[in-house]
Amino acid sequence: MNNVFVYCELEGTTVADVSLELLTKGRKLANQLNCQLEAIVAGSGLEGIEKQVMPYGVDKVHVFDAPGLFPYTSLPHASILINLFKEEKPQICLMGATVIGRDLGPRVSSALTSGLTADCTSLEIGSHEDKKAGKTYENLLYQIRPAFGGNIVATIINPEHRPQMATVREGVMKKEILDANYQGEVVKHDVAKYVPETDYVVKVIDRHVEKAKHNLKGAPIVVAGGYGMGSKEGFDMLFELAKELHAEVGASRAAVDAGFCEHDRQIGQTGVTVRPKLYIACGISGQIQHIAGMQDAGIIISINNDENAPINAIADYVINGTVEEVIPKMIKYYKQNSK
Amino acid sequence: MSLKIIVLAKQVPDTRNVGKDAMKEDGTINRAALPAIFNPEDLNALEQALRLKDTYPGTTVTLLTMGPGRAAEIIREGLYRGADGGYLLTDRAFAGADTLATSYALATAIKKIGDYDIIIGGRQAIDGDTAQVGPQVAEKLGLTQITYAEEILNVDEQSRRITVKRHIDGGVETVEGPLPIVITVNGSAAPCRPRNAKLVMKYKRALGAQEKNAAPACHPGVPEPSYPELYETRPYLNIPEWSVADVNGDLAQCGLSGSPTKVKAIQNIVFQAKESKTLTGSDQDVEDLIVELLANHTIG
Repeated sequence: MNNVFVYCELEGTTVADVSLELLTKGRKLANQLNCQLEAIVAGSGLEGIEKQVMPYGVDKVHVFDAPGLFPYTSLPHASILINLFKEEKPQICLMGATVIGRDLGPRVSSALTSGLTADCTSLEIGSHEDKKAGKTYENLLYQIRPAFGGNIVATIINPEHRPQMATVREGVMKKEILDANYQGEVVKHDVAKYVPETDYVVKVIDRHVEKAKHNLKGAPIVVAGGYGMGSKEGFDMLFELAKELHAEVGASRAAVDAGFCEHDRQIGQTGVTVRPKLYIACGISGQIQHIAGMQDAGIIISINNDENAPINAIADYVINGTVEEVIPKMIKYYKQNSK
Repeated sequence: MSLKIIVLAKQVPDTRNVGKDAMKEDGTINRAALPAIFNPEDLNALEQALRLKDTYPGTTVTLLTMGPGRAAEIIREGLYRGADGGYLLTDRAFAGADTLATSYALATAIKKIGDYDIIIGGRQAIDGDTAQVGPQVAEKLGLTQITYAEEILNVDEQSRRITVKRHIDGGVETVEGPLPIVITVNGSAAPCRPRNAKLVMKYKRALGAQEKNAAPACHPGVPEPSYPELYETRPYLNIPEWSVADVNGDLAQCGLSGSPTKVKAIQNIVFQAKESKTLTGSDQDVEDLIVELLANHTIG
């Protein structure tokens, strides 16, 4: 009872990365709260599915396996969560801020009249003092998210209602296997007990999914390199920084034309338009065609040894220095200072 | 076949064009500095509704919005484009609502309207970006939902089922569901048609009660109600306003008191960001920057 739950999203019979990231985060929250981590998996043909989630430190997997549960439709999955939560009374429920999570989460929160915070970028445990009511709450989930078009960051809490529900985008949390041999319990539920037959009203007629190579367009942080990176090897450094920051790598046209980076990562008028909350421009001079593809970024950092590079005019932070010098330092100090 | 369609629409501050004066010094939002606009994805939803009206004669499109008196502008904008009418849900008791309290208020108003086949709105509003109100309204009304819709392909009269193409992660999907239904429309759907000149002439003096009562000077841009007799001879110029009592709402479920989520803290990014800072590549400068970005949750 009162554990941390993660709803695991499936494509076919593969658990989505975003769900594994949330299991990793959920494990940490459960440790802090001294409770257990439980996972919910709902789909079709799920024999052995627990092997995909257990290594992330899952104490109990709730498996709902029935023909109508894949592809996802709203009502059956909502009924599973609503009815299971009435029995289990979780204190926290996390799900991906994906099309599925953002379709399912609000429906469940409405039925349980619990609060839900969308697209969180950080989750922490903390206390809250309600001075008016003279009450102090311990061990609340701080749901931290950008709001108002990314112009403010808000910390949201649900003092009175459970579960505290939050969605998180793919790539925001780290995915980390806790123990390849972690042993948890598997509970196979009778789906008919949770989902009335009348829930299967929406039929999926046709479905096309392509696995994306990268998620540059939706990435919250972009590390982009220009001609100033000097070589393909120079870009390896950017991939290393991006890996640390959970960012995607982009490139200017000059870097793509020089063969430093693949074409599908080009940002700008003839490439992808990105709107990350943080854009780190490395050795990019900032031609207007490039700026057209990234000017809506929240915060722009420009690393350039040319003080007069045009991109510096729209940057929030200008670092006057060479990329070879600055980027390894960024990696080093990020590793030192992040939790 | 004729359909009864309710379009959910919201007046939002234009967060896409935030200038330096968008935030007050105390870190709160300076709403006066931001233009109030028709939430973009709600316009995509209105277009889908109007297309159904074009296809199925006799179909009615009714707007429903919640907000202060000036949000009657949303109803007028809908009328200019071909909607048949609209309601403004307005009451101080609705203020401070999170998505749950908002969906409660909208659901009570929809129940009062009573007769509907399709409830359609934008996927999300640009001031909150939560995408929660649509599914929550569906749950409160006991209806099924189709979110992230890109196009309504067909409505079958016999089976009373609707076919919708929708966006999913990494692809598209075509689904079919029963009427009545709640649909939320993605920004990738067709843009809304422009205002129709004849309809602008017809409805430009349409006003909500609060607008009629307000001194015109306080509301620049709102047409002056200089012909009071108009509102008796042309009833379609009166935009109905509903309070909590009008929709038989439970005060405990409205506004701040009906909101399970509370804002604990707000951090202002605009002020921190828009002044350009110049740093060197020294260890001290780089470390300070990383620590600052970690502290304000720009990087995790």
